[in-house]
Amino acid sequence: MAHPDLAAALRAVLPADCVLTQDEELRPYECDGLPVFRQRPAVVVLPRAAEQVRQVLLTCNRLKVPVVARGSGTGLSGGATPHAQGVLLSCARMNRILEIDPAGRTARLEPGVPNLRVSEAAAVHGLFYAPDPSSQIACSIGGNVAENSGGVHCLKYGLTVHNVLGVRGFTMDGEPLELGGRAADGPGLDLLALTIGSEGLLMVVTEVTVKLLPRPPCVRLVMASFSEVHRAGDAVAAVIAAGIIPAAMEMMDRKAIAAVEPFVHAGYDLSAAAILLVEADGTAEEVAGQVAEIEQVLRDAGASTLCVASSESERARFWSGRKNAFPAAGRLAPDYYCMDGTIPRRHVGKVLDAIAAMEIHYGLSCMNVFHAGDGNLHPVILFDANQTGSWERADRFGAEILELCVELGGTITGEHGVGVEKLNSMCVQFSPAERAAFLAVKEAFDPAGLLNPGKVIPTLARCAEYGRMRVHGGALPHADLPRF
Amino acid sequence: MAAHAERRPLRLRGAGTKDFYAESLAGEILDTRPWQGIVSYDPSELVITARCGTALSEIEQALAAHGQLLAFEPPGFAGDPTIGGVIAAGLSGPRRPYAGAARDFVLGTTLLSAAGERLRFGGQVMKNVAGFDVSRLLCGSLGILGMITEVSLKVLPVPRAEATLRLELPAAAALEAFNRWAGAPLPLSGAAWWRGCAWVRLSGAPAAVRAAREHLGGEVPDAQSAGQFWSALRDCRLPLFEHEVMWRLSVPSATPSLELPGEPLIDWGGALRWYADPPAQLDVRALAVAAGGTAQCWRGASPTGRFHPLPSAVATLHARLKQRFDPHGIFNPGRLAAGL
Repeated sequence: MAHPDLAAALRAVLPADCVLTQDEELRPYECDGLPVFRQRPAVVVLPRAAEQVRQVLLTCNRLKVPVVARGSGTGLSGGATPHAQGVLLSCARMNRILEIDPAGRTARLEPGVPNLRVSEAAAVHGLFYAPDPSSQIACSIGGNVAENSGGVHCLKYGLTVHNVLGVRGFTMDGEPLELGGRAADGPGLDLLALTIGSEGLLMVVTEVTVKLLPRPPCVRLVMASFSEVHRAGDAVAAVIAAGIIPAAMEMMDRKAIAAVEPFVHAGYDLSAAAILLVEADGTAEEVAGQVAEIEQVLRDAGASTLCVASSESERARFWSGRKNAFPAAGRLAPDYYCMDGTIPRRHVGKVLDAIAAMEIHYGLSCMNVFHAGDGNLHPVILFDANQTGSWERADRFGAEILELCVELGGTITGEHGVGVEKLNSMCVQFSPAERAAFLAVKEAFDPAGLLNPGKVIPTLARCAEYGRMRVHGGALPHADLPRF
Repeated sequence: MAAHAERRPLRLRGAGTKDFYAESLAGEILDTRPWQGIVSYDPSELVITARCGTALSEIEQALAAHGQLLAFEPPGFAGDPTIGGVIAAGLSGPRRPYAGAARDFVLGTTLLSAAGERLRFGGQVMKNVAGFDVSRLLCGSLGILGMITEVSLKVLPVPRAEATLRLELPAAAALEAFNRWAGAPLPLSGAAWWRGCAWVRLSGAPAAVRAAREHLGGEVPDAQSAGQFWSALRDCRLPLFEHEVMWRLSVPSATPSLELPGEPLIDWGGALRWYADPPAQLDVRALAVAAGGTAQCWRGASPTGRFHPLPSAVATLHARLKQRFDPHGIFNPGRLAAGL
């Protein structure tokens, strides 16, 4: 049961149109981009200004009501799944670009500004905002800060944490907090880095200052196909070993190619086991040199076909397959489940072999797209939620992939976050003492535990239960699967 | 562990190159240097992992052998710091505005906690958002939350070409130029102003460096004096640093010249301003704040401490984090701020 005074208390501090309580008004907020987790919140609030956010927090803190902040709801780990007794705080109406400073190359933004709009607004100054998650048309800067979002260009330009200079907002008790700023180095602990990627557990951000970079005048894309996945993986390592840091380096496996090609007609080699897309950007002279080097390295690494996009429209067409991988998955099966593990790059062949074995074991198909440059793998498991047991199998399949990532020295999430989705996997990656340290951080910012509770940090009891489920009679499940 | 049991304060110390740095030194010295050595380094993964006591020179040599480097250009000051000290201090050199700061290259850390447990945060991969980013919190923490015993860092290829330009410019014109150039696609890797001259370093593809050199003009000092300038700048060894009192102001890069007497040393394309011996009656901190930045008393005494004071909400979070990570205050007490 929600707190009986909650709606009235919120209406006392917000305009009437900022508080939603009707069932049909709440429904659009019941899930984020991972719709297997659904929960209707008690109340949705849509503040227009930082002061209104503060009033919401003061009210909820007084009534001991949980608050879940949400950007555009494109997150893929259930990080914005509402709390049944809680308030869902949508930042969608706080979507103004407050300032663009071309001389200092910064932009000051409200949290609801969509990612792509920042680069669009900066374009007149020859500047752009580098992180470009695939949902960038819709996803908000506030959500990017919460998730430390990446994109296809992180290898060269970094993640959100490398491109945000400062945030302003409030802790759960309504205390204003300003971390970082337009100056490079601040005193004290780097609480800004701690807050970025904290999935809304530490503070509610109401303003973000980002760094803008000069837009590279020239961009070119090389596409190469390989007859073996291992060879494509080795080619990625060879590019890096040659001292080249491409703007992007993406890989798709045979299933992903087969899924997208009929859909977007990108011109992919359907006979390939894997294709690589390698992008170079910079000045014309710089790019010409780098493209020649990339071609040479890929040829030496055994690429079966190689081509450089000859025009901007061809470049866009080559990218279109990669960018439409998820919608294409939606055409192949009623439901798909996108995973997000990161591994040391050298293990990519091994992981793809293991995933192929898991497909047989779980009786589900899986296609793979891969931010190969930074080792971030997105296996997309295809399933049908209407079939009994299908989601459970997909869930176990996904968890198994993540556990393999951890075994290989990688991580359970490269850019999508833990949310509610990967709570069990957190038990695998972190020891009880490490999880206690996360809890210590949480308690320092939010002693009452009201901000986005139940996310990111699993309870001891949950991990104990998950441990019992994974190991029966002292043996790991699915001993038939290859493990490394 | 013994220190924890007896609640005996420890002063974590590597090579001691930063004994002059930060607030007070207290506690029994725990020399981190015996815990040394590179644990793993695979050049094609762009990651190196080393124990805290490993000398920076050893890491830089291992990287150089494979044509790679630590792009944040950590200062060594008068010696050869340990990598643990480099990360605990979190200081970066002239390349910082263009390549990133120390914290931007931290991928993972292992922490020896107050309870004697070994905690691992982050990892050895480029992208990792599992749990809070405690690794980056530890970068610059000056050891107050525990002892960093191992660190994994992202490394980058050594740029193919490098060139230094020197242009005679007044400070105001240099500041304007640095910011204009940083907004253009130029391969900048350093921009400083010192004694009437702007020093600009370009690093990257040979074609890009050549084109930028022609575009920017200026004279090209010989490689030796250019190298000496950048390393003296990185290690705070320029003559200005002979002064007893040094202030380091971190401000937005496009901030015009500050109303402070004496010639500054400008680094980071305008984002870092060094001043020697400002008159005692001048409120340097207020000037920095007015510009949107902060001021640190790098060397010498300041009645308000060396670091810029923390706003109260931020100070509260510091106290709570310290209390939870190091409840008995055994790690580097007072090094970051009194009471922490």
